[in-house]
Amino acid sequence: MSENSNQTNTGEPIIICRDVHKWFGNFHALKGIDMDVNPQEVVVIFGPSGSGKSTFIRTLNRLEEHQQGQIIVDGIELSHDVRNIEKIRMETGMVFQQFNLFPHLTVMQNITLAPIWVRKWKKQKAEEVAVQLLERVGIPEQAEKYPAQLSGGQQQRVAIARALAMQPKIMLFDEPTSALDPEMIKEVLDVMVELAQSGMTMLVVTHEMGFARGVADRMYFFDEGKIVESGTPNDIFQNPQEDRTKLFLSQILTH
Amino acid sequence: MWRIAVLLWATSFLFGVSWGLWGDLVRPFAITIGILLALAAFFPTRAESYTLAVRIALIINPVLIFIGYLVGQLKFITARIVVIVWLVLFILTPILLRGFSTSGTLPLVETTVWGGFVVTILLAAGGIILSFPIGVALALGRRSSLPVVKIFSTAFIEIVRGVPLVTILFMFSIILALFLPPESRLDRLMRALMAMTIFSSAYMAENVRGGLQAVPSGQEEAGKAVGLSNFQIMTFIVLPQALRLVIPAIVGQFISLFKDTTLAIIVGISELLAIGRSIINSDPMFIQRQLEVFIFIAFLFWIISYVMSSSSRQLESQLGVGQR
Repeated sequence: MSENSNQTNTGEPIIICRDVHKWFGNFHALKGIDMDVNPQEVVVIFGPSGSGKSTFIRTLNRLEEHQQGQIIVDGIELSHDVRNIEKIRMETGMVFQQFNLFPHLTVMQNITLAPIWVRKWKKQKAEEVAVQLLERVGIPEQAEKYPAQLSGGQQQRVAIARALAMQPKIMLFDEPTSALDPEMIKEVLDVMVELAQSGMTMLVVTHEMGFARGVADRMYFFDEGKIVESGTPNDIFQNPQEDRTKLFLSQILTH
Repeated sequence: MWRIAVLLWATSFLFGVSWGLWGDLVRPFAITIGILLALAAFFPTRAESYTLAVRIALIINPVLIFIGYLVGQLKFITARIVVIVWLVLFILTPILLRGFSTSGTLPLVETTVWGGFVVTILLAAGGIILSFPIGVALALGRRSSLPVVKIFSTAFIEIVRGVPLVTILFMFSIILALFLPPESRLDRLMRALMAMTIFSSAYMAENVRGGLQAVPSGQEEAGKAVGLSNFQIMTFIVLPQALRLVIPAIVGQFISLFKDTTLAIIVGISELLAIGRSIINSDPMFIQRQLEVFIFIAFLFWIISYVMSSSSRQLESQLGVGQR
């Protein structure tokens, strides 16, 4: 992680958020989020449920629309312009809590669908890439199965492979291990650690503090739609400044 | 007469090929048709039109189904080819049956004198093939974010669903004829087909909409996240899942459309039931045999409906592979 952060501090931020606001009806879900993420940085976002952390990460690829403020991803500003949204979605991969694999398609078809139709790759090339990715996430033998025939951990690894198949510059993880049985969490985290070490820019919403301590460059603590505190894992774990952070950490670290 | 024989042969052969290609899915259709036609060939009647040539023409059908079955297992026969040939046959059927006024080999036979089972099958098959895509389009239209499309689709569905089929049939056969200039008047059978299609597509749309709503929103989000366009998400992700969820409802709609073809009798189209009644009224041989005629017709309807619903179960179990 330290070698990653040394490289990154030289370049322009790949994600720039300025005063991002989001309302669901009258509910003010995001109250002015400012965040810069540098290339190859691994950012962990954590906080209690309802704190807006998932909503925030979903605004970055326009699964949620922000109503105020500015989001610039890889030099492209998110606006109502559909072409900009499409460009940003091509550069960002996303992994969901509920996997969201396509149940009527095989693992191979799940992974190759977008490269074939969005990147316009030949089927053969897409399948070669898919096989490599399945090997990378450790399940090359499952290519012809359907998602329902796989365990939760395997499904989430397929979902990671599906996102990587578009060769994104940024990977967004929205609580990737929260729906998994405990013994399957590790196999997914291992893949994510490997990905982080390979230099992928990652934004991870998670409560896996071991993962955060191991690979995160920076951590953000969200509460009630605001960033309460941010810093390196060392700062956050050893020396949290805010009472709200201390309380939350004591609650999730004691069990 | 020979036209019907040729079309029947082509249909039998195609059923055979489809059986060879798709297996269990088409098997009930192919076998039932084969058995029915074979039975028909040995039908114990002394009617004069029932010549030996007719019997031979009928008995060829099961043979063709079997040959088709073997052909369908050949490697180079792909689903795409078979579907295209089916569509061509379907378009060709009414053209061939009607013929051309100028041609010597294919003299014109007006649709007003068509009758019987052929008409029933044409109405049902035409209605099914046309109402399915229209229904899907309407269902998508009703969920559209474009207000014009949404309002049109919703209004169309709700209006058509609120009107009995008989009314729609009358409207198409009488009112449409009044509004349009005489030279552009549509053929009577065509008008009935349009009425049945419109009626059925409104119900189809609601079935499909139910399926669309049952697909979790995470599927659409996953499609967006990998950069697929809305159209691609609908085509590759949402619709395939939605349609297989509502197969039973869709096939139910097909079956009721098939049976509703008997209502075409009221606009003067001689479909199967009408022919049955005219036989009773005209042929002294059947004077004491009304019940038998109706039982026979009921049996024909039942067997085809049953084959449709058993194919639907096959389809469900085949597509169910790997479902959550």
